[in-house]
Amino acid sequence: MFGLEEDWELDPPARYFTLEDYEGGVARWCPGCGDFGVLTAVQKICRDEQLPPEKVVAVSGIGCSSRFPHYMKTYGFHGLHGRPLPVACGIKSRRPDLQVWVATGDGDCCSIGAGHWIHAIRYNMDITVMLFDNNVYGLTKNQTSPTSPQGLKTNTHPRGAWLPPLNPLQAVLGFTNCSFVAQAVDWNPPLLHAVLEAAYHHKGTSFVRILQRCPTYTDQVFHHLQHDPAQLLLLQHEDGLVMDEKIARIFPNKSGHDPSNMKEARAIADADGGEGAIPVGVVYRDPTRPIYDEFTTVGMGMTADQKIEALGQELDRFAI
Amino acid sequence: MSYATDGSTAGTVGPRTQVREQIVEIVSDSGEGAQKAGQAFGAVCAKSGCGVWTVEIIPAEIKPPARSRAGASGIRIRFGSKVITNMGNEADVVIAFNEQVLYGRIQQGAYRKGTRIFLDSKWRKDDSPQIREAFETAIAEFREKGFIVQEFPLEEECAKLIANPRVGKNMFVLGLLTEMFGMNVELSLAEAAFLFRRKGEEVISRNQDLIRAGYAYGQENAEVALEVPPRELLTSQIVVNGNQALALGIMAAGIEVVAMYPITPATSVSHHLGDSFFRVGGLLHQAEDEIAAIGFAVGASYAGKTACTITSGPGLALKTEFIGLAVMGEVPLVIIDVQRGGPSTGLPTKVEQGDLMASLYGAPGDAPKIIMAAATIEECFHMVITARKLAEAFRGPVLILTDANLATGVQPIPRPEPREEWIAPPIDSSPWDPNVTAYDWDPETGLSPRPVPGQPGGEYVLTGLAHTGDAHVAYDPDSNQKGMEMRSRKLRALRKTLRPPKVHGEESGELLVVGWGSTLGAIEEAVEAARAEGLSVSSVHLRFVSPMEPGLKEIFERFDRVLAIGIQYTDLDEYAPADPTTDRRRSQFASLLRDETLVDVDSWSQVHGQPLSPGIILDVIRKNFSQHSAAAGRTQP
Ligand SMILES: Cc1ncc(C[n+]2csc(CCOP(=O)(O)OP(=O)(O)O)c2C)c(N)n1
Repeated sequence: MFGLEEDWELDPPARYFTLEDYEGGVARWCPGCGDFGVLTAVQKICRDEQLPPEKVVAVSGIGCSSRFPHYMKTYGFHGLHGRPLPVACGIKSRRPDLQVWVATGDGDCCSIGAGHWIHAIRYNMDITVMLFDNNVYGLTKNQTSPTSPQGLKTNTHPRGAWLPPLNPLQAVLGFTNCSFVAQAVDWNPPLLHAVLEAAYHHKGTSFVRILQRCPTYTDQVFHHLQHDPAQLLLLQHEDGLVMDEKIARIFPNKSGHDPSNMKEARAIADADGGEGAIPVGVVYRDPTRPIYDEFTTVGMGMTADQKIEALGQELDRFAI
Repeated sequence: MSYATDGSTAGTVGPRTQVREQIVEIVSDSGEGAQKAGQAFGAVCAKSGCGVWTVEIIPAEIKPPARSRAGASGIRIRFGSKVITNMGNEADVVIAFNEQVLYGRIQQGAYRKGTRIFLDSKWRKDDSPQIREAFETAIAEFREKGFIVQEFPLEEECAKLIANPRVGKNMFVLGLLTEMFGMNVELSLAEAAFLFRRKGEEVISRNQDLIRAGYAYGQENAEVALEVPPRELLTSQIVVNGNQALALGIMAAGIEVVAMYPITPATSVSHHLGDSFFRVGGLLHQAEDEIAAIGFAVGASYAGKTACTITSGPGLALKTEFIGLAVMGEVPLVIIDVQRGGPSTGLPTKVEQGDLMASLYGAPGDAPKIIMAAATIEECFHMVITARKLAEAFRGPVLILTDANLATGVQPIPRPEPREEWIAPPIDSSPWDPNVTAYDWDPETGLSPRPVPGQPGGEYVLTGLAHTGDAHVAYDPDSNQKGMEMRSRKLRALRKTLRPPKVHGEESGELLVVGWGSTLGAIEEAVEAARAEGLSVSSVHLRFVSPMEPGLKEIFERFDRVLAIGIQYTDLDEYAPADPTTDRRRSQFASLLRDETLVDVDSWSQVHGQPLSPGIILDVIRKNFSQHSAAAGRTQP
């Protein structure tokens, strides 16, 4: 009948999740804030992957962008300024069944949390880290961030930021055991979605820097990129990002950069903020790097009886 | 004590004199193996059925220069025919590898008239005239002070067996002590076999030869021939220090994640866990710093596995922001602070009880949390089990305070029998009742059930911001007031379940000494000695400092005077200003007790970086009585 196999049965999945299942109330960022786009992208990926909401944990620090977990209808952890990464690693340590998304700002990650940043990359746990880089401290109202361009006028440097900005891509590629580095922009939703999707599927810590507009304080910093896509360099490769041709067409500059090539990845990252075009796509990927999860999950699932027996033996080592 | 007083008895094997207890020290430059030999001797004593307490003598530097006065490294072993709970007063017998290291010990009051010091005679024949002279000067000075100094050819005897006697003499000393106190040499040989088990047969037998040589030397030169009869043992025992007890307690509590950053004197807990935690399925995470360590632990706890983080003062300071978050977000967590001397880097290897207020009030805002203090090595074990349960039942962080004295003190304790109810249950993944909010506070107790990631329908966002019962951020006055009340009420609820502390001694009297933490054994021993002298003194010892144990006011009021004793700073009498009610800075503990009871609690405490000995406390008690009767005399018409 109707061309169906005879033994066809209606067997819908017990639960089917729609976007609504991941939408936690009305997001309250400033109108025009780039954070909205990232939120939508993550919700769509959760829906596409049919992740049970109870198995998703959004972890953040403090900042405008760190409001992220409040707008997900999943589990969330909105913790301390600079400290989302240790929390995320702790959550994942004995819960490989949970999908952990980290939302962190450029102050949160690259300044107060920089120490954790280095080490989380080295642990390479299976989590997805999204750096919302708006080049400024938003929540505390317009102070210089480590990624603020030199000369940016802020409340702490009203005559212009003194120092050259820290380059997060360059930094991450220098951290030992880094396994996935990508960059996206908030104003191109399909690209953002594709990059985050690639990040989600990578086993290990995927680090995605998102150039994120802050209409209130740094409205101008990404103007040139927004209005002149020629200043961006789309990285496309079968082991990295595979873009829909319709979307790829708007980028005049493309590269077939192989994300396993660290030397080239570093050269591409160096261009960021310097002479060349700003890369978008997967800059580096090495799925063979060791992941800390392999060690943290050892011994899970021992029964109480097994534990008691092992403990008895431990006590006997001290017996007289 | 009946020692042979001169060489005339050498070589005779007469009956041994029985004594109730002995204090022995081995002191040396660091790296000479004194601690290893002393731990082994302590184990031999324990296996012989004695009560034992060993305490390490630790120089502040890892490698102080050789023969330096402040560089004393070594160990004290106190053993006796009863349970031993502290390091005791002055030593009876000392084995010293050189004379200079004794100066530091003498300055600390570790020896008395009649303390018998056995000193390696090799320095008398040293190539350097300065060393020879220093040696002779020291011996003369020591004899002047009333110590009985005897030289013996330690390295010389060892050189008969091994090429480099510097690294083997500790085992010779183990053999010598074994003989001096009439222990079974087989026990010492077995200890050596255990100590060197990873080094192969040859090393074991060489060390056993040294033990036999030391033992034989003792037999021929029987200058000490004592015997400490065993006590009656009712249960099987394990020999552990406080940090090993904590590590075992962590395993027994079913805690699966410990995250830490190395810091003395807490670090050795992680060494024990590094060695064995995996055997009970546990994960030891050495984080990049203390903040990350507690962050990782908070994450694991949030995800359903109540975790533990271990640190000492400076690390506790770094953790405060996360402790506040754990209180605010109601995350069960066990935090252990093995206290050392502060402030700042302070005395890294030495004991103090100075983190009391920091643990209570360290976090910004009002952050009520449960704080317990272990008073004995055995409690180090059992408190972790209790702490994990309280953390889960009361949904928040529980702090356990121990200190360097407990961390390094070694004692035989009854072997715990692991029980299923000690162990954390598996994570609950059952659906969450959608009618129950994430913080469904019971208005009476502030308690609420906790959804864990993986439970469908329980999704909520844990936030450090002020929030309502359904975990929504709320800055309005009522919500904030309510949240604060609910978190505070949990302490009141716990307090209702606590019993008033037991008074040690008479239930009422003139003086009540109050303590907490590792000073228990010394305080009770001092109180007993003072009572034997006819002084009307009792003591109480607290295990819970937050919430404070109930009934303190009633107990305090049954005594004329209350004195808080501990290892914290207080302005002492000699320097006390004219008006002690306004100008004197009291110890943190005394201030807490005053606040709790409104009783005029006095304080005596010192920060010498040393455990308090019963003798020091006894002096303080005597002085309290004499001052009081003098004052009473003055007011007589
Ligand atoms: C320990 C601590 N220090 C400072 C702050 C104040 N603070 C909150 S957010 C923030 C910076 C936010 O900037 P960023 O991380 O770039 O995030 P954004 O708001 O721009 O998204 C600061 C300094 C804090 N909450 N905690």
